[in-house]
Amino acid sequence: MELVTLIGAITVFILAIFLGFELITKVPATLHTPLMSGANAISGITIVGALIFSNTDFNGGDPGVAAWLAFFALILATINVVGGFAVTNRMLNMIAGKRGGK
Amino acid sequence: MDEAVWDIGYLVASILFIMGLKKLGHPRTAPTGNLYGAMGMLVAVVVTIAQMDFGETNNFILIISGLVIGGFIGYLMAIRVQMTGMPEMVALFNGFGGAASALVAASEVFRRINENNLPEGLELHVAWTAIGLSALVGWVTLTGSLLAMMKLKGGVEIFGTWYRTPTWGPEWLNYVKGLVLISIVGLLYMTIEEPGNQDYVIAIIVLSSILGILFVLPIGGADMPVVVSLLNSLSGIAAAFTGFIIGNNVLIIAGSMVGAAGLILTNIMCKAMNRQLIDVLFKSFGGSDKEQVTRTKVGSDPEEVAMVCDGISKCVIIPGYGMAVSQCQHQVREFADILESNGCEVKYGIHPVAGRMPGHMNVLLAEASVPYEKLIEMDDINSEMGECDVAIVVGANDTVNPAARSGEGPLAGMPIIDADKARVVIMVKRSLSVGYAGVDNDLFYEDKTMMLFGDGKQMMTELVASLKDL
Repeated sequence: MELVTLIGAITVFILAIFLGFELITKVPATLHTPLMSGANAISGITIVGALIFSNTDFNGGDPGVAAWLAFFALILATINVVGGFAVTNRMLNMIAGKRGGK
Repeated sequence: MDEAVWDIGYLVASILFIMGLKKLGHPRTAPTGNLYGAMGMLVAVVVTIAQMDFGETNNFILIISGLVIGGFIGYLMAIRVQMTGMPEMVALFNGFGGAASALVAASEVFRRINENNLPEGLELHVAWTAIGLSALVGWVTLTGSLLAMMKLKGGVEIFGTWYRTPTWGPEWLNYVKGLVLISIVGLLYMTIEEPGNQDYVIAIIVLSSILGILFVLPIGGADMPVVVSLLNSLSGIAAAFTGFIIGNNVLIIAGSMVGAAGLILTNIMCKAMNRQLIDVLFKSFGGSDKEQVTRTKVGSDPEEVAMVCDGISKCVIIPGYGMAVSQCQHQVREFADILESNGCEVKYGIHPVAGRMPGHMNVLLAEASVPYEKLIEMDDINSEMGECDVAIVVGANDTVNPAARSGEGPLAGMPIIDADKARVVIMVKRSLSVGYAGVDNDLFYEDKTMMLFGDGKQMMTELVASLKDL
């Protein structure tokens, strides 16, 4: 890894933290739970890492510990992503349905 | 084609995440926000798979089966969960996310050690620091979330026996936590010194798992919303560190953004409880010196209460955790419907920290088809309480305790719903026992207060029946 790549990554990291602080300011209490579970589903982005390692590790032909860890990570991350978005959607539909369907 | 072109796909995913998170914070746009988030995730996954070189292997089938298995389990859990079980579900998914990041980190380190392909120089420092931090945060998130989930449930069933989740934390435990954390940092340094030794990595994993449990153990059930929110923030940070390991910006952006947003949400919740985050995390609260209840109060029966409720013109229902426990939101709604058909105006006063999760009451009442417009936030409902005929408190205690105004005791300064300003207060509660803060509630003993002692569901059902009989 080049130093410039690292600095670049750290820059993105710091700026994204500031972005996160700015994005969430005033949130009505109704949305706290859906917001939490929606954000939680987004943090399942680690699925990308799990996908990449699930492939490289099995390339050797002999799936070692590392490969199984990656595969297990893939399953957990997918549960997090799919379950997280689905559950958020269910909650939001319930809230929105009641406000519009009156 | 240059591989870097694929990064444009990740950029698109990042933009979708940012817009999604932004939209999730506003009621009107929240469903779109969630959709954007899901689309961003789909783009990221497709781009990742599309640029993979599978060679002669069966990895494609393997990866697809992993996605199908995980997706199936996740979807099934999401559609089957009851609204009352939502906080536990979010805590569990959160733990899975943290664990996935930690496992990716572990996978990378074991692969490198097995293949004897250790990085050198700067790359070694970056990779191994990121792996160590990802493991630390990830395992803390997993064990912490699992314990938080059990605390939200109140206990766990092992081989048919019910064990209550303990809350235990003497002051010296904080020093133990500090010591464990310092050891982990020391181990992290040693992994860089001796990158080929996997024992250090295993030690980090074990210690981090223990740290997660020690971290949540002293915190009481009512503070779990804050803890789950903080752990949510941590799972984002873990994903960001994983981004450093694989050198991928979308992980860094999404992860750190969720980390920061989670911290803000945690803070909003602490403010609603008038507590400092530090106090929630490191000082056990109201545990040891609970006030002894010495006074008594004669309970009323549902018929009496029904007669009081007959012919009133304005009623405010104040739900609390008790409503979630007894799952009586449908009965509460039915009660409100009868009052409304008699020409009474019914509103719901929602305290920001009622329940075990921010917005917990809103979700429960939404499940019982209560219109969104009737759920009024604390500050707005308080200005109307003076003209309210009957305030019905269902399974809440601390959030209506006038002691909070006195400026003394554990509740001092916590904003409350002014239930005591209503002409008549009806409290549906199992007993006179103190709430989570351990403070006796003067409201119980006032002349205008009627206590309905019993399980929320049973009492509300009887109340509805008596009201129909009138």
